[in-house]
Amino acid sequence: MTAGKAGKRTWFAESLLVLLLIIILPLLHGVGVVSDYYLNLCGKYLALAILALGMDLIWGYTGILSLGQAVFFGLGAYAMGMHLMLGSSGRGVYGEPIPDFMVWNRVLELPLFWQPFQYFPLAALAALSGPALVATVIGWLTFRRRVSGTYFAILTQAMAYAAWLLFNRNELNLGGTNGLTDFKRLLGFPLSAPGTSRGLYLVTALGLVGSFSLCRWLVGSKMGLVLTAIRDQERRLQFLGYPVASYKIFIFALAGMLSGLAGALYVTQVGIITPSQIGVLPSLEIVVWVATGGRGTLVGAILGAIGINAARSLLTARYPEWWPIILGGLFVGVVILFPDGLAGLPRQLQRLGRRLWLPRMTAKPLQPSVVRPELTSQQ
Amino acid sequence: MVKRTLILLWSLCSLLGIGGVVGAATITPLDAYAQALATADQQRQALEHMRALAEPSYKDLLIALKEGTLYLWRDRLLIFGDAGAFTDLAGQTILDASGQPFLPDDATPVPLEEGNMSLVQRLLEVMNLTDSDPRARKAAALKLGSLRDAAHITVLKQALRQEGNASVRAVLVEAIYKLQLVDPDPQVRHRAVEHFANIRAESALALLKNLVEHEQDNVVKQAMHRAISAIEGYLQLRSLVGYVFNGLSLASILLMMSLGLAITFGLMGIINMAHGEMLMLGSYTAYVVQECFAAFAPAQLDYFFLAALPLSLLIVGAVGIGLERGILRFLYGRPLESLLVTWGIGLMLQQGVRLSIGDQTSVNPPTWFRGGWEAIPGLVLPYSRLFIVALSVLSVLAVYWLLYRSAAGLKIRAVMQNRDIACCMGIAARRIDAFTFAMGAALAGLAGCALSLIGTVDPEVGKTYIVDSFMVVVLGGVGKIIGTVLASLGLGMSNKLLEPAIGGTAAAVYAKVGILLLVIIFLQVRPTGLFPPKERATDAITR
Repeated sequence: MTAGKAGKRTWFAESLLVLLLIIILPLLHGVGVVSDYYLNLCGKYLALAILALGMDLIWGYTGILSLGQAVFFGLGAYAMGMHLMLGSSGRGVYGEPIPDFMVWNRVLELPLFWQPFQYFPLAALAALSGPALVATVIGWLTFRRRVSGTYFAILTQAMAYAAWLLFNRNELNLGGTNGLTDFKRLLGFPLSAPGTSRGLYLVTALGLVGSFSLCRWLVGSKMGLVLTAIRDQERRLQFLGYPVASYKIFIFALAGMLSGLAGALYVTQVGIITPSQIGVLPSLEIVVWVATGGRGTLVGAILGAIGINAARSLLTARYPEWWPIILGGLFVGVVILFPDGLAGLPRQLQRLGRRLWLPRMTAKPLQPSVVRPELTSQQ
Repeated sequence: MVKRTLILLWSLCSLLGIGGVVGAATITPLDAYAQALATADQQRQALEHMRALAEPSYKDLLIALKEGTLYLWRDRLLIFGDAGAFTDLAGQTILDASGQPFLPDDATPVPLEEGNMSLVQRLLEVMNLTDSDPRARKAAALKLGSLRDAAHITVLKQALRQEGNASVRAVLVEAIYKLQLVDPDPQVRHRAVEHFANIRAESALALLKNLVEHEQDNVVKQAMHRAISAIEGYLQLRSLVGYVFNGLSLASILLMMSLGLAITFGLMGIINMAHGEMLMLGSYTAYVVQECFAAFAPAQLDYFFLAALPLSLLIVGAVGIGLERGILRFLYGRPLESLLVTWGIGLMLQQGVRLSIGDQTSVNPPTWFRGGWEAIPGLVLPYSRLFIVALSVLSVLAVYWLLYRSAAGLKIRAVMQNRDIACCMGIAARRIDAFTFAMGAALAGLAGCALSLIGTVDPEVGKTYIVDSFMVVVLGGVGKIIGTVLASLGLGMSNKLLEPAIGGTAAAVYAKVGILLLVIIFLQVRPTGLFPPKERATDAITR
């Protein structure tokens, strides 16, 4: 009964939040209360929240620590960025039908792998399925061989490092260190128009709501139970006959897909994607968001992503040199002091309060966990 | 004939007292050729004649002629010096009656004829063969050797007879053989080619390649082809040895970093993401010690490194103990969380050092680390890198002794094999943890101190090596030291051997990517590395 009440309350809070995100914010923007800049910033945070959802699915629920999620984010962002780039080609400095950076690099024709990205549906498909595919391959190579835990974390980190190195190269024809930027229009709409940014924000908010609903349905299903079981006792689940590797591959691919979606939505609103966003550090930052927000709770992941990114925007403007120290300190502090993150804070406080305020008399003496047999037989 | 006339002229002049203004100046026999030297079609002959006189001032004259500072004044030769005054050939400044530098209006420059330029050049080089500076002698021999004029062989041979310096002698011999390559006699050419084929001289390669096109004699031609392929084969071997040494050098750094990482991982199941920052702290210790020496004992600056080595070991080891006691022990049994926390610490250490000490600094290696050991001709292995390799070997031996020959090592291995039972036997497992963690950190610090010899000291230096050393741990497994050694060697070598194989500017990047793929493929075969610990528990590594 209490559970039902609590469920109703969360339902109410959630609908209110969705209402705020989807209807009220764009309305305020339309009226002029919220400026373009802030709407854009909110859209960026919401896109990153989708990324955090994916991370929470694999780390919070399944116990897979991937230190390379930013690579999937980058793949999605680059796929969409390539489409945007082509959509604006011909309007660059040189007026050539290919992106400007190719002109600098003396590439005269559009490379073959760029061709499909002229079409929006194909680009969108690539942004979603590309990361999922890469994640499937990595998962297939590792989970089936029972590479997990720390080893998996290290491997994905090496992957992020390698991807960062690769994307920095000019000969990949992806813009090198400068990445993809200077987008002009999407599907015929000029990106600079306020109407377009409102539309993009709406799509992002809907994407977040959709992803959240999907994740909630998933973790509430029987599959969610299996995933949690993998996190808590993988070996036992294996002995019970569950195809643990397949579950892990699936969830890793799904998280990759969410990251790709996040990247695609991010790049349209922020207008730039560079290799610096797909390296080791950005990947770890995603973990910080989830850890701070509260791993294993979907709301926590969203809260963490939005909260930390907002803090980052505020702090890096004022104390840029202190941000890494704050970030590192946050990490150490959160993991040691608040293992359940922001979302778990009320319960942690409750526990603390109970321990402090409840009369100690009710506490029972500790039972010895091991009873020596010779003692019991003497009795 | 001309000579005689000139001498006559000269004696006449001196009798008449021309040049009386400069009575103090010496008149050398070379002055007799002044007129001839200034006449275009007699210049060459005059030069040859003057050469025969063997006057010491001949060299100055040649230089002045070449540089256009030689003047003819009343049948005498004067050199306009840098000081803005004329000197005679003996080097005396010419003064007028009042003791001021004498600047005559009627001195005319002696131009060097276009056709005689190379002659003067060559004469000067031959003279350099007897210079007092061995470096000048060497340079002259090199130059003459590359002239492709067999006429110089006699001069070089003469110089060789008088030469005492071994390295100059070697250059002379090479120059003679080089000149013999263009000798008209095919026998002589053949012998020279054989010589170069035998010593595998890189310096002769270009010349041989050039000459082989025009060689008439078939036997010599074939010998040349053989010599070329022999030299090229040697060059390939030499670069291969170079790559292997580079790989060895990288492997030793990786080894020093990964040893501690692997033992800590085997013992506690945690990966210390701040391990790269331990390396960085070691480098900064070296830097700070150097600054202290520069401030307080600049005379003994070279010895800073001797102080920095043990200090980096101690300081970084202390940081390691602090980390374990202060933070990691709260995360016991939560490997993924400790991984993240250590990463956070690493980030703070990086930025902290950047803010307090500064980035992009570097250490001046002590003078005794300059230069290197010429392992095979043409390949110099820097002493600093050799030192790093030696230090790494010593570290492995020390760790081996510690783990397998000491009481503490017995305890470490016991905890590694079965923590609970070890505890039951009275081993203070947590103290062992702290000790081992500190040891790993100290080793990384030592590596950082050594690394400061060959690279810059900056807060992100750990980044370069950390991913690779993680790969070493993954690849080597945590069961045995030998696993870490082999994995370091394998990674270091394949990195440095893949780079030239791929070629191009991006070789390092593609080598890294290739290595990662190789590691992943390797894990398909052995998911727990080369030497997994022998345990019955199925959750051994993957906890």
